[in-house]
Amino acid sequence: MRFTTKTMLMALAGSTMLAGAASAELTGDLKIFLDTSNPAPRATMEAMIADFQELHPDLTIETTIIDRDAYKTQIRNFLTADSPDVATWYAANRMTPFVEAGLFEDVSDLWQEPEIAEALASTKGAMTIDDKQWGVAYTYYQWGIYYRKDIYEELGLSEPANFDEMKSNCAAIIDSGRKCYTIGTKFLWTAGGWFDYLNMRTHGFDFHMELAQGKVKWTDDRVKQTFANWRELIDMGAFVDNHQNYSWQESLPFIVNGEAAAILKGNFAVAPLREAGLDDNKLDFYQFPAINPDVELAEDAPTDTFHIPAKAQNKDNAREFLRFVVSANVQTEINNGANLGQLPVNAKSAVDDDKFLNEGFAMLSENSPGGVAQFFDRDFPAEMANEAMQGLQEFMVFPDNLDDILKRLDKVQERVYQ
Amino acid sequence: MTAIDPTIASAKSERGWYKRNEIAVTPWLFLAPAILFFAFYVLWPIYQSIAISFYDWDGLGEARYVGMANYVELMDDSAFEVSLWNNLKWLLLYLLAIPGGLFIALFLNQTVTGIRLYKSLFFFPFVISQVVVGLVFSWFYLPNEGLLNGVLGLVGLGPINVLGDPTMATYGIIAAGLWPQTAYCMILYLTGLNAVDPEQIEAGRLDGAKGWKMLWYIIIPQLKPATFIAFVVTIIGALRSFDLISIMTNGGPFGQTRVLSFYMFEKALSEYGFRMGYGAAIAVVLFLIMLIFIAYFLWSMWAEEKGR
Repeated sequence: MRFTTKTMLMALAGSTMLAGAASAELTGDLKIFLDTSNPAPRATMEAMIADFQELHPDLTIETTIIDRDAYKTQIRNFLTADSPDVATWYAANRMTPFVEAGLFEDVSDLWQEPEIAEALASTKGAMTIDDKQWGVAYTYYQWGIYYRKDIYEELGLSEPANFDEMKSNCAAIIDSGRKCYTIGTKFLWTAGGWFDYLNMRTHGFDFHMELAQGKVKWTDDRVKQTFANWRELIDMGAFVDNHQNYSWQESLPFIVNGEAAAILKGNFAVAPLREAGLDDNKLDFYQFPAINPDVELAEDAPTDTFHIPAKAQNKDNAREFLRFVVSANVQTEINNGANLGQLPVNAKSAVDDDKFLNEGFAMLSENSPGGVAQFFDRDFPAEMANEAMQGLQEFMVFPDNLDDILKRLDKVQERVYQ
Repeated sequence: MTAIDPTIASAKSERGWYKRNEIAVTPWLFLAPAILFFAFYVLWPIYQSIAISFYDWDGLGEARYVGMANYVELMDDSAFEVSLWNNLKWLLLYLLAIPGGLFIALFLNQTVTGIRLYKSLFFFPFVISQVVVGLVFSWFYLPNEGLLNGVLGLVGLGPINVLGDPTMATYGIIAAGLWPQTAYCMILYLTGLNAVDPEQIEAGRLDGAKGWKMLWYIIIPQLKPATFIAFVVTIIGALRSFDLISIMTNGGPFGQTRVLSFYMFEKALSEYGFRMGYGAAIAVVLFLIMLIFIAYFLWSMWAEEKGR
């Protein structure tokens, strides 16, 4: 296994070298900062870096792994002071502050190279600001509705294809004494996922992005239409009570115990749900159903990324590392079920044979004609996202406050996008 | 340096500059490390915070001078208003720890078998971390499984969601904070009670004082130093409230339990916070509020010194 991986990598290294002159082995230093602090991603990254080290034995690699949440604030310090050569981060608007401050290296040259330009075309948009690319993606994952298959079968329900079916399913689930969806909004962002989907299904991807870019007011009637759809679900009692008290992890027992039938979440929810005892007979997945039949389906697929800080010391080595990370075989390896359990960004990579990964990959590649969004707090500017998610949480608890919330968000919008 | 001709120098000036000025200089030498650290770690950051509060700065790029704009915006910021009111609630309700601590101390100030054990049990909440206190109370308050609703259910009262209800959540957190703070005040009063003069109690008793009158006119005046310290630590504790909020509600539901320190952190340093100037402006307001109390504390300590 190890041997085959290594040989594959060797072969691959040969092919990627074509673009970057004939430099065989790298020397010098390479300092890598990672935010992959959870056990599985951590092991995956360490193994990947060890493979890179084997290709370049004379290279001194120094890896630092920082707690995922602490990283979000520390990155500001280390990008300005003691820069690593490679650092992880997130795509789309989450890059903006660093790009604007000139702290990320422009890597458009990498994107000119044929291998990357072709194989990574799907993530190019998410890496682009001002027509330049500021890093490469290394993994992404689908969002959608994970549901209790056994409960649906017990009630004779099928996966909904449109909003009416979604609501009638939900009514049946509520009649059986359960809640339709579990959610924990204590840390706000989960509500952002619901808004993303409801807004993209009601008015489409382009409208959603216009709102994200501040070109549409929050008090716009179309936005209100989205909230009206959401309110239908809230008024039915579709969501678990007291969700403002729970984190998303704390909201999982509802679906595990069968008190709620489904959850709208990213693919990272599968691992804890499986661990809690929901096998593939009990847990299944469907795409968020269409609401307005006239808009094309669009999905959330958050992308995690690698960047070269502008103040990096060893940019050539860093570029080589980025080429390595996005290469087809490495992508296949690090995203398989035993490692990250997510989707590879390279079109030539293979998706691991996992039920949810397959469904997610098929959905994103074939059934998402409208476009692929990153996620609420990655598409909207940080400050707007924070205020808005608070408003979304308030709306879910007190739907009557909507007008007040939207007016407040308009005010924030005026300031943030000035 | 000392260019004095040794032949004509008097015996006095033969001694070095330091020897000559020893009395005047030595206190400053002893104070120097403290002054240096105080200037570097307290005064300089205060100055910097105030300076930053006049800028629009994301902590990364160029800072843009905006004058009083951050403060003008604060005036109009409903989240800031909520935080300010919550700070006031904290300040007022947290003071309940002082009478609470006093009565527990009076209750425990007796000689019964195992009184040491009872004392340590009452003191226990102060020893454990605030984070643990927060966790324990948030489980206590849980809407379905929590102990509070279990007890309320027994007497036929409907379930309440303390931390999920914007009108109740702050009070819920303050109640959690009072638990360790009362224990702290209790320990201060217990030591204070040891110093109460038994002769005065005896004299009071001869004059017919008992019960509340004894407490009010004989005991409490003698506990004044303990009360002062309890007041100081409680006020400071109320203004520092951060960890409980962060653990129990994270400022929510929808920002209704934020206090100034938490709001400042959220605006300047949290995951989505990129407004250093605005955060600094909040910090300055918090500092001004603290300054009122600090001035009062310093003044009363000075008055005490002078009275001696």
